[in-house]
This record gives sequence, structure tokens and C-alpha cells, in this order.
Amino acid sequence: MANVLVVDDSNSIRDMVSFTLKSAGYQTVEAKDGLEGLAKAQTGSFDLVISDVNMPNMDGIALCGELRKLSNFKFTPILMLTTESSTDMKMRGKAAGATGWLVKPFNPEKLLATIKRVVR
Amino acid sequence: MSVDLSQFIPSFLEESFEGLELMESSLLNLEAGDHETIHSIFRAAHSIKGGAGTFGFDVVTEFTHLVETLLDEMRDGRREVVQKDIEILLSSVDCMRLLIEAARDKESYDEDKVSKTTKELSQTLASNETTNVTNSEQTTQTVNNASDNQENDELLTYLIHFVPEHDLAKTGNDPLFLFNALAELGELTIKANTSELPALNDIDPQELYLSWDLTLKTSANKEDIHEVFEWVEDECLLEITLADAINQEAPEQTQNLAVEQVQEQVQVQEQVAETKDTPSPDTEQTTTSKPKEKTKAKAKAKVEVSSIRVGVDKVDHLINLVGELVITQSMLSELGNDFQMDNIERLTNGLEQLLQNTKELQESVMRIRMLPISFAFNRFPRLVHDLANKTGKEIELVIKGEQTELDKTVMEQIGDPLVHLVRNAVDHGIEPADVRLANGKSAKGTISLDAYHQGGNIVIEISDDGGGINREKVFAKAVEKGIVEPNNTLTDSQVFDLLFEPGFSTADQVTDISGRGVGMDVVKRNIQSLGGRIQVESAIGKGSCFKVNLPLTLAILDGQLVKVGSETYIIPLISIVESLQVDRELINKVSGDMTLYRLRDENVPILPVYQLFGLATDFTEIDNALLVVVEADGQKVGLMVDDLLAQQQVVIKSLKDNYQQVIGISGATILGDGSVAMILDIPGMIQMALSYAQKKQQSSSEVGEFC
Repeated sequence: MANVLVVDDSNSIRDMVSFTLKSAGYQTVEAKDGLEGLAKAQTGSFDLVISDVNMPNMDGIALCGELRKLSNFKFTPILMLTTESSTDMKMRGKAAGATGWLVKPFNPEKLLATIKRVVR
Repeated sequence: MSVDLSQFIPSFLEESFEGLELMESSLLNLEAGDHETIHSIFRAAHSIKGGAGTFGFDVVTEFTHLVETLLDEMRDGRREVVQKDIEILLSSVDCMRLLIEAARDKESYDEDKVSKTTKELSQTLASNETTNVTNSEQTTQTVNNASDNQENDELLTYLIHFVPEHDLAKTGNDPLFLFNALAELGELTIKANTSELPALNDIDPQELYLSWDLTLKTSANKEDIHEVFEWVEDECLLEITLADAINQEAPEQTQNLAVEQVQEQVQVQEQVAETKDTPSPDTEQTTTSKPKEKTKAKAKAKVEVSSIRVGVDKVDHLINLVGELVITQSMLSELGNDFQMDNIERLTNGLEQLLQNTKELQESVMRIRMLPISFAFNRFPRLVHDLANKTGKEIELVIKGEQTELDKTVMEQIGDPLVHLVRNAVDHGIEPADVRLANGKSAKGTISLDAYHQGGNIVIEISDDGGGINREKVFAKAVEKGIVEPNNTLTDSQVFDLLFEPGFSTADQVTDISGRGVGMDVVKRNIQSLGGRIQVESAIGKGSCFKVNLPLTLAILDGQLVKVGSETYIIPLISIVESLQVDRELINKVSGDMTLYRLRDENVPILPVYQLFGLATDFTEIDNALLVVVEADGQKVGLMVDDLLAQQQVVIKSLKDNYQQVIGISGATILGDGSVAMILDIPGMIQMALSYAQKKQQSSSEVGEFC
């Protein structure tokens, strides 16, 4: 089953995303900010990255840009989990190479339905 | 499938309260142009909003949204950071806390405060003439509603022309998955167009050369289809058209059919109406059941978030220790299987190792309950800030030793007494700026909080550089209240201790004895119930210092084992001043039964423990007896015991839970040999001795003076 990297500075959101994915049979690896996410990204192979935008140390947009520089993340779907529905934020994510975005408030059913657009 | 996320509510709550604390402390330190701090405040609000939305705490979400909008403007530099806005944000933090607590306890909240702050926030936001995010969100909502209305079970056929850009895959999108998602909406026919495909040699495997024509028969509407393509819409050419709109077959239908269709539609609409209705009884139920829940929630005590977040290293260390314990255990049991006397050395080694393991394990487990005292100190910057505003004084708060660790339970219970002491220091300790200047001090007063470890205890000092406590006025007040006799001579510390007398707390605040008497008896009682003590030092014109001495934990006590008759008692190390052998020269018999011992420049009453507890012992002679000098309530007494045994840590077992409260005893413990030993309650024993002496005096009608 697909292996997903979940990056969020909020423990509860991260736990929930991870829990939802696991209950649908995905495997997850968690990171608490962009820096940790980038480090963990290089320790395994991932089929999907779900990352928060607003995080300390390295935000989600920067993480996305960094990941795209890695050869094994060139085509990996990267979804930004954000409450910011503004077009500007989506454009910035896109420019950094994000695949798409998931808008909070976090809804487990919606998450599972939506990620089917990018992973098996 | 449905995923139940309610198990994550407690961790969300904990995180939110942490976030609020961070917001508060950051706001207090916020200076214009400090982007990093604004960002972190914004992030905290943002996370709370996100989580609250997930759990359906709508009031929290709505309110936090306003806060977030204001912060967003500050973050983007659209709004300057001014003090007025910071004050509004600070009271917003209070409101968020109220709302989250209300959501947690399912209780009502202070609506006046929240609506007042909401109004202030909205006004502030309106004053900056930027477009509000609220507006755009409202419009998207109405769009959604409109599309909801369109939704019905009628099957429509859409033609979708999809030409992705060549590098679509570089953002991780794969058309195949998009088609899968479309196929879930209805019946999908896919036709690929390969005309753009270059010759094999020219193909770049990272590029996408295909385009597609899709036919989708679905009950979903155009919005839903667009949503599937949401992430790629700006990287492709996308045309979605309704096939039926082109064909226009409807006019050829017979009237009968049309009627049937209308009926069908009516049915469908009814169904839609039904499905739409179904959720509403639910919501009604929840709203009507709310008052009930409220009373229920009130009946039970407030739900405390009682989890501890423990560093992984601490847990790893524990696991490591348990591993060692298991090794020791298996070694010992192997040894026991076939024990021979020549193995005695290995047995002793094994037991030694077991002792070491147990000790380390105990220490590590205790350390898990330890938290840095910053958890208790965190609220003070805000408190002092608010109080300084209210009193119009200039005050600087200095916090030291915030990393000093303390047991979680002790921390929870010391919070209120500390608030009281700090509040008093602001209210009555620090003088107004003009008075300070007149006395040659700087206009800005300083209050410092300091925490450090001393022996097995933690000491918390609350000091101010204010006017100090006027000893004469305190004494006069105490005389007036009938707490002391006018002709008593008291030391400074005894006078300051009068502040903690229950009678003193009723003193009207108008008097200028620094007004320190308000509620101090409660502070002292709380500290004592934690097994701690409080002392006051003060110098006129220079300031005061309240020193709180607390045990590090409530579960384990550092004790001195003493022997009286056949019994072993434990004296808490925290209350022991010194132990000594009585020197006959220094004994001073005051009256019949009262014996004082001259300890340097103090007279300390001697309490023979065997008398208090009615024990039989051979050691009844005061000459050459062993005295353990203990202190409680500023009063020193010498406990006369038979012998001093070991010092050790003991696990406290409550007498109240297992038996009943006994005067002079604060608890019990089980010693290594399995016997039960009582832990002495020093303040209780002093009380006992006093009433014992008074009874004696009355019965023998001797006129004596009791210290």
C-alpha cells in the first residue's frame, strides 16, 4: 500500500491525517515541520506527501520546492493541507511544484476521496 | 467509510491551550516589525481554527477567523502593529480560551465578553479598508448552495475535452488518477488522442503528449467535474460541455412522457427534500439536548486535561531501564533454580544490581511527572501587564529559573497561590511612579520570580523592590484584631507571619500596611497542604520577598526515620532545621511541664514525642536526649526522640484513604521490612502540644507562660 509522508506542526492535525490514512490502509511517516519532513523524505520512498503550509523552520511551500529538487520526488504527488483558500496561496504552491491542495477544516472522508486523484 | 476522530479532541484541546499561551506571551513581547513573532502568533491561531473546524466547534472557528484575519493583515504588512490592536488581540486570546473551554465542558460562556471583543475586532478590521476574506467566503458558500440545489438524480452526459500541458507530470499529477476519480462520478468513456505523439526517438519520457476526449454520464453537476480537475486547471486546456444541451431531444417527447417526467421530478425533489431534512432532526436534537448536558457537565467537576507530554528520550530511558531489570530478574531466577552456597557472591551482586535498577527506575518514573516551572510562570507576564495597566504603575517582570522542574500535581496547585502573591506585589508592593521617584528609585518597579532547587525541595521566590512591609503597622493591626497581645515581643519574621493569620485577612484594604493581609491565610493553607512552607522577608523602602518552599513531588518524601519506643516515625526532611544532642546547661524549665531549650538566641520548646503519642520508652530523661529541631508556621520546636535512624525516600500512603485522618500524622509508609511507619505532621504536632500544655495548665491551675 502507498506510503505517505505527513508534515504538519500541529500534533492533533498530523495525528488525525495519519490516523485517517492508516485506517484506509495507507502507511504513514510523520514530520513536525518542513525541515524534519525534508530529512525524513530522504530516508524512504513515498507515494504521496501531504504537508501543511504554515509551519515553523521551513514552511510547506519551501518544503515542496526542496522536494522537487530531489530526483525521487520529481513526480511524487505533493498536496498542501491548508485553510488558506486564497488563489494567491494556491498559485504559490503550484509555482513551487505542489500537485494540489486540500482545504481545511480537515474532513477524513473528503481527504480519502480527494487523494484518490493522485494515488492508488 | 466513516472515520471517528473524536479521540483526537483531547490532544487538540491541549494543543490549543498551548497555542493560546504562546499567542499571549508573544503578544506581550511583540514589537513592530517583528515578523517572526507575528508569524508564530498567526500560526497558532491558524491551527486552532483548523482543528476547531474539524471537530465542529463552530463558535471557536468563527471567532478565531476574525482574529486570524487581523493577524494576517499584520503579517502581510497591511496593518501596523499598534498597542491598541495588541490589547484587542490579548482579550481575543482570553475569549478563545473561554470558547474552547466552553466547547470542552459543553458549558455556556461569558457571551458579553465575547460579543464585546467580537465587536472590537470587527470594528478594527473594518477600519482598515481592505476586502474582508469573510465576504469572499460567503460568496463561495452561496455558490455551493446553488450547486447543491441543482443536484438531482437526473443523469446527464458531459463531453470533456482535456489537453494537459506537456509537463503536467512534473507537479505529480497523473491523468490516469483523474480519470479514476471521474469514473467514480458515473459512467466514463475515455478516448485518447495520440496525434501529438512524436516519433519514438524524440519522446521525452518525462513529458506528456496525449490529450483526451471523455464522455461522462453522471448525476453529478459541472462543479463536481471541475473539482476533479481543480489542481490541473491552469496546466491544461479544459472544456466541459453538456451533451444533452446540444442534442435537445426533449421537444419530441409525448405529453404522457412529459407528465411522467414531471412526476418523477417531483418524487426526486421530495427525496432530495427528505435527505436534506434528515440531518436537521439531528441538529435539533443536539441543540435541545444541550441544556441537559450543561447541567450534567456542571454536576461533574470540570474536566481537566490530565495527560502529560513526555519527551521521547525519557521514555526510551525507561524502556532501557526496564530491559535491564528484566535481565537482572532472569539472572536471579536462574540462580534461584539451583542455589548453592558457593553462589552467594553472585546472589549479592544480583541483589545489588536489582537495587540499582529499582532506584534508577524510580527516579526516571518520577522525572516523567516533572515539568519545568515555566508552565506555572507563563501566565505572569500577562497578569503583570494587565495589572500594571489597571493600576497605572510601571512594572517590569523578571523571571529566572523557569527551567526548574517540579511535579505536575504540585505545579497545578501552586498556580493560584503564586497568582495571589504576584497580584499583591503589584497592588501593594510596588509604589506609584511618583512616590518611587520621590524616594530616589527608578520610576519602573521590578517584580521578580525565581525558582531553584535546594536540597530535595524547590524554592520559589516572589520579590519586589517596592515599599516593603511596615512592621509596626502590621503589629498594631494584629493587636487591634486581637491576634497578639500588645506587650508581646516578636521577631521580624514572627511579625510578618501575622500576615498569614486568618483574622488578618479581613483587614480592610484601605490601610496602607501594604495591604498584604488579603487572603494570605488561604495562600498559606494551600502551600501547607502541599507540604510546603512560606516565609517573608522585607525591608522598609527596599521591598519584600516571599519565599515558598515546596517538596518536588507529593508522591515521595525525603524523610528522616526516628525511633520512639518500639515505633518508627518519619519526619519530613523539609521541616528539619537541625538535630542535636541536648546540652544540660541550655535547658530552661519554664513551668511544670514546659521545657525550653536555648538554641543560640532562640528558646525552643521541647516536645517529647513519647508523651504526645502515649508511648512507653526507656528514654524519658531530657538530659542528653536527642532533639530534632523542626520548624512549622515560623515556630521552631525540638522533638525529643529515642534515636535517629536512616534518611530515606518513602512513598506516601494516605491515611485518610486507607484509615482515617489522625491528628499529628500526615500519612504512612511501608518500610523495607514490611512494617508500617507514620509520617509526622509537624504543624499538627505543634497544635497538639499547645492544647496539651493548655490542658495541663488548666488542670494544675498553675500560672505559667507558654511561648
